[in-house]
Amino acid sequence: MSVAIKAVGLAAPGLAGWADAAPILAGTRRYVPAPESAYAPTLLPPNERRRATAAVKLAFRAAEDAVTGSGADARELASVFASSDADMSVLHRICAALAQRPRLISPTDFHNSVHNAASGYWSIGVGSMAPTTTLSAHDASFVAGLIEAVALARERAADVLLVAYDVVAPPPLAAKRPLAISAGVALILGPMAGTHGSLEIDLDGDRETACDDPALETLRTGNPALRALPLLSLIAARRAGAVTLRGTGGLHVAARYTP
Amino acid sequence: MTPLAISAYTVTSAVGRGRDAHLAALRAERTGLSEQRFEDAELATWIGAVAGLDAVRLPREVAEFDCRNNRLAELALGADGFLDAVAAAREKYGARRVGVFIGTSTSGVRQTELAYRDRGTAESLPDWFDYRTTQNTFSIADYTRSRLGLDGVAIAVSAACASSAKVFASAARAIAAGFCDAAVVGGVDSLCLTTLYGFHSLQLVSGEICRPADAGRKGLSIGEAGGFALLTPGADPGAAACLGCGESSDAHHMSQPRPDGAGAVLAMRAALGELDPADVSYINLHGTATPANDASEDAAVSTLFGTTVPCSSTKGWTGHTLGAAGIVEAAFCLLAMEQSFMPRSLNTREKDPALRANVLLGARDQPVRYALSNSFGFGGTNCSVLFGPAP
Repeated sequence: MSVAIKAVGLAAPGLAGWADAAPILAGTRRYVPAPESAYAPTLLPPNERRRATAAVKLAFRAAEDAVTGSGADARELASVFASSDADMSVLHRICAALAQRPRLISPTDFHNSVHNAASGYWSIGVGSMAPTTTLSAHDASFVAGLIEAVALARERAADVLLVAYDVVAPPPLAAKRPLAISAGVALILGPMAGTHGSLEIDLDGDRETACDDPALETLRTGNPALRALPLLSLIAARRAGAVTLRGTGGLHVAARYTP
Repeated sequence: MTPLAISAYTVTSAVGRGRDAHLAALRAERTGLSEQRFEDAELATWIGAVAGLDAVRLPREVAEFDCRNNRLAELALGADGFLDAVAAAREKYGARRVGVFIGTSTSGVRQTELAYRDRGTAESLPDWFDYRTTQNTFSIADYTRSRLGLDGVAIAVSAACASSAKVFASAARAIAAGFCDAAVVGGVDSLCLTTLYGFHSLQLVSGEICRPADAGRKGLSIGEAGGFALLTPGADPGAAACLGCGESSDAHHMSQPRPDGAGAVLAMRAALGELDPADVSYINLHGTATPANDASEDAAVSTLFGTTVPCSSTKGWTGHTLGAAGIVEAAFCLLAMEQSFMPRSLNTREKDPALRANVLLGARDQPVRYALSNSFGFGGTNCSVLFGPAP
C-alpha cells in the first residue's frame, strides 16, 4: 500500500513543531533538549479547552501543526488517533477517588477517561462529522495507527489525519508505565501526490530501525509516538530509503519513503 | 465494501455463555440483569454480571494477562467452537495473515482499581500489578492475539461504546488494503467501579432495570460481555456476511448525542451503501435507555427509515456492555437472521409517545434478510454495521 504524505506535525521537548524540528531530524542542526512548553490549542473552543486534558491538548498541538498551512480542510479529514495510554492522570484521579469513601468521581474526569477523548474534542473543535477512530497497540501504537490511516485513506480515496500521542503518567502509575517524555506526531496522508513525498507500507520488515543520534534515540524509545522518528528523519532529509518499525508481537513493518 | 463472510461467531454475557444460551433467553424473554451489587459498590442499580469469572484460569503460556477482562475473553473464546474455527483459519491463511481487531472501553481497569485499593497509604502500587498486561488498552487485543496464536496486524479499538462495532470497519479496510487476509474481530468489557460510579456521576444509571424506549426510562443498566467473530473473504452467495460499515462523528458534545441524530444518520446511510433503507428487515438499536440517547436515535432512525422498519434494543437482556455492545448486538443480528426471529424491546412497558420508530413491543417470527446494528459512544462517535446474505 502506497500513500502520499501531505503534511507532518510534531510536538516533543526540543522538537517544537515540524518546521523547527526538520533540520534537527535531517541532521543539519544539533538537537538541544528543552522542557515541555505550555500550549493552548487554537482549534478548541474556550469551553472545551477548559475541560480538555493534557493528552488532548498534546494531540491538538501535533494535529494543528500538521493541518496549519497544509491547505487541508480539517472538517473534511477522516482521522485516526493512536495512543498507548491516552491520559493516565485521569486514570490516576479516578482510581484514587474510588479507593476512598465516599467514592466521588468528577463527571468531567469520567467523560475525559475514554480513550477517544482527543478524537471527540477534535471533531467538536473543528466541526467535523467525518469518520474518526481511536486505537491502542501499546509501544507499537504509531505503526498500528499508520496502518489504519493508510487503509482508511485507500478506502475513502481521500486525505486522512493520523495523530499519535502519549503523555507521561503521574506517580504511582509512572513506575508501572514509565514514559520518558510526552510527545505527539501527526501526518496527513492521502491518495494523491503530496508535498512531502510518498510512503509504501509492507509487513516485511526485519530489524527495528534506531535513530543515529543518541539523543534522538532516547526520545524514540521514551514515547510510543516517537517510534516514528526514523521515518520522520527520512522525510525531513527528503532522502529515499526504508525504515523498519516494530509492530505488535513479532510483526515488523517496512516503511519505504520516496521524496 | 467487499462482503466478508462471518465464518464463526460467539457471545458471552450476563444472559449466558454461547449462542444457544442467548437464543433461548431471547425467545423466553429472560433478562440477564439482576439487582445484585458488584463487589463492594454501594450503588443501588441493576447490573449484567457474567457468572463464574472468578473461577476462570488463563492457559499457562498467557497467564501474565490475568484480570477480570481477559478472563471474560477466555470464557467467551471457548464457546461455540470458536477456537477451532480460528485454528483452521490460521492453518489456511497463516498466523501472520489473520488480523486481530478488538474493541474495549476500559480494558483491565478493574485491576488498577484493586491496585489502588491495596496500596493503602503506600507510595507505590503493589508488585503484583502488571500495567501492560491488564490496564493498558491493548491488553485485551494482545491477550486475544497471543491466545489464538496469531501474529499479524493487531489493534485494540477504543472508541467508547462504539468500539466493537468499529472493529468490523477496521478489519474490512485492513483486508481491502492487503494488510491481512482474514480477521478475528471482537469486543470485551467487564464490570468495574470506574464505569458504575462514572456513569452514576453523569446521572445516566437507572436505579431500576433499564427500560429502552419506555416513556418512563431512567437510564442504563451496566453489563459486561465478550464476543468474537471470524471474518473471511470470498463469502459464498447467501452466506451470512458483514455487508457494510458506516462511521461518523456528531461534532456536538463529549457525553451527549446530537438531538437531531444527524451524525447517526450519516453512519447508517454509509453502512447501507447501495441498499434501499426499505429493504432493511430489522434494526438492533443502540437503545441505552437514557432519555437523550433513545430520543436522538429515534430521530435518526425515523429520518432515514420512516416509522415502519421493526427495531428494538436488546439492552434489556444484557445491559449496556459498553465497548462490547457492538459485537454482542452483531451476534443478536446474526441470530435473528438465522432464526427468522425479531426480539422485542425487553422491559419496555409503555412506549414513549414522543418516539416515532417502530419499536417492537412483542417478538416477531419473521424472516430477517438484512439487519442493521447501531452503536454510539462518548466523544460523539457513531458506527452502524449491516449484516445480510452475501450476494
